[in-house]
Amino acid sequence: MTTHETNSKPNRTNWIYWLLTNRVSSLFIAVILALLFTCLVILVIKADPIKLFKVLYTGSLGSMDAITQVLQSWVPMVLASLGLMFTFTAGLWNIGMEGQIEIGAIFSYGVMRIFMFADPTSNLASVPGGWVIVLSILAGIFGGAIWALLVGLLKNFGGVNEIFGGLGFNFIAHAIMLYLVYGPWKPTGVANGSTKMLPAQYWMPQLTGSYLSLWSLGIAVVAVVIVTIVLQGTHFGLKLKAVGKNNKSSFLLGIPTNRYMLLSFILCGIFAGLTGAMQVTSFNHVLNYKISGGYGYMGLMVGMLANIQPLVTAPIAFVFVALTKGAAGLGMDMHLDSNLSGVIQGTLVLFVLVMNGVRKILTKKYKGAKWTAR
Amino acid sequence: MDSAVINSIASIIAWSAPVIFGVIGETITERAGVMNLSLNGSLILTAMVGFVVATNTGSFLLGFIIAALVGSLIALLIAVLNIELKQSQVAVGYVLAMSTQSLAYFLGASYVGKPVLALPQIEIPLLSSIPFVGPILFDQTLVTYLSYLLIIVCYIWLFKTHQGLVLQGIGERPSAAYIRGANVNRLRYIYTAIGGALVGVGGALYSLSVKTWNGQLSGLDGIGWIILAITIFGGWHPIKGALGSYLFVVLQYLGIVLQPLMPNVNSRVLQVAPFPLMILALLFVNIGNADWVDRTLAGLPESVRRTISKVLRAMRTSPPAALGIPFENE
Repeated sequence: MTTHETNSKPNRTNWIYWLLTNRVSSLFIAVILALLFTCLVILVIKADPIKLFKVLYTGSLGSMDAITQVLQSWVPMVLASLGLMFTFTAGLWNIGMEGQIEIGAIFSYGVMRIFMFADPTSNLASVPGGWVIVLSILAGIFGGAIWALLVGLLKNFGGVNEIFGGLGFNFIAHAIMLYLVYGPWKPTGVANGSTKMLPAQYWMPQLTGSYLSLWSLGIAVVAVVIVTIVLQGTHFGLKLKAVGKNNKSSFLLGIPTNRYMLLSFILCGIFAGLTGAMQVTSFNHVLNYKISGGYGYMGLMVGMLANIQPLVTAPIAFVFVALTKGAAGLGMDMHLDSNLSGVIQGTLVLFVLVMNGVRKILTKKYKGAKWTAR
Repeated sequence: MDSAVINSIASIIAWSAPVIFGVIGETITERAGVMNLSLNGSLILTAMVGFVVATNTGSFLLGFIIAALVGSLIALLIAVLNIELKQSQVAVGYVLAMSTQSLAYFLGASYVGKPVLALPQIEIPLLSSIPFVGPILFDQTLVTYLSYLLIIVCYIWLFKTHQGLVLQGIGERPSAAYIRGANVNRLRYIYTAIGGALVGVGGALYSLSVKTWNGQLSGLDGIGWIILAITIFGGWHPIKGALGSYLFVVLQYLGIVLQPLMPNVNSRVLQVAPFPLMILALLFVNIGNADWVDRTLAGLPESVRRTISKVLRAMRTSPPAALGIPFENE
């Protein structure tokens, strides 16, 4: 009789417990809380939330044109987030991503310059555009990897925490960028923080009537598949995960942890460099001081949400760039600051962390958790 | 002495005050075992809040109080998520650094271009007439005087009182402190709140005295990260941290003074000067902890080795042992 009663009577606490501990519903709750907080922020400045969300929607998904623009920014966003999967897996915080993207872009544009300003009669000028693009991307990858390796070396051999090393190198990279675009690389006569535009034969082929390049989109999709396979289907990925989960035991079990950590920095830098090179060859077609676009800093938040699952970065990166693109219209349509996208993204991650914590506490699974103990 | 020199040194002292508030605040928080990584954002948000409150109410005091409250709320959020919900302090701190910065720019956008507010300078009667030192140290704002006091009070509290010993304990060996009767988590909350409030005062000092609120052009981005680095560089010691703050501001100042000598270089390039030096400084204080250094030193002749390791040991700092690790009483 008593068992029958407890089964048939809807137990309210159990129901709430289920909502809070289920992965999907707790994510849903986090999203709602983030939206509520955003509404609160909007109401503080006495704006109309409904109208604002409409602007966000039309600016990001409201038209075909807007959607192609979002897809275009999705490429660097997803590439940056994928790179961070390697360092996150190894338990490292590569805040230096932003600077690595900038250095990648500088290297990529640097190669382009060699061909752009070559003597028209020389051999260099007759190299087909496609090969120049490939070379330029490879140079970008090299630059990003070097910049990441520096942070890794400082961490491994100098004991400098990768957060501070990375930040320092971000600022140095930005200084180099400013020096170049306002100094030796500025177009003759003007100094507007941007270099001379690449000639059209050095642009990544793009769809007629839009800036979207199917090539770069393809590279991003392939990258998602490759990183998923490497991290979730290979021995290397498993070892890297072991290093991230428990550095000391992995070392004792014979994994050269230092080498793995350096390798994860290099891999991350490769993706950062690729991101920068994509920005130059397929999107901006110039080098300017805003070229890294905050993708490195945003990538860390995408990575946190993705929780080391490369496949999941794709949709999350899409949401993030859609928010950023949508918010870009706020200035024009509502005279509001476009930084609202950062507020929404940040509170979203924060509430996901809160809900993760609630779930951990309720299910008492927090011993040896991924993000604690640092 | 040249009055231009006196003026520049006096402004270096004034510019250092917000950095000192930040560094001492972070030192206290980290000594308790909580890492407030949100500094870069919380400094900007509190600068905005301080400016908005002071503009609307006409009261500097209220501006500082509300900014301090906001600062401690942000810091407490990290502590709650870490202590109660077992989330990583680095993750929460990073997210807060990003979102509070965006929040400040979004909410403070309509206050860009409002009249500048400048906290009045108060001359201290007798002391300010001391030649050279007087006009530098004793013709400042009230909050700058408080920054001198803060360094001393923090030093005495940390190293000369029983409560300071407990504070060190909960950051180094929380379980030992717990056995001796300290309520580790409650103390962590208290010290995190105090540290966050000091950061908030630093932020408000930027918008109400040293600089002004100018949205993304306020030039505050990056200072929070530097403050975190100075905290490490100072070895979690208030006096060394304060010296680090003065050093940083001197470097910043040199960047501005040297600018006219290099007209071809963009003015923002030289402002980066403190960052490579920050990396070098961190390298110096950390390299003594690396294994390979010990291994290399072992191969050197005895006298050389002894000198080098003495130098390394003198520079070396190590963080509170339980920094970032939530405490659980079994």
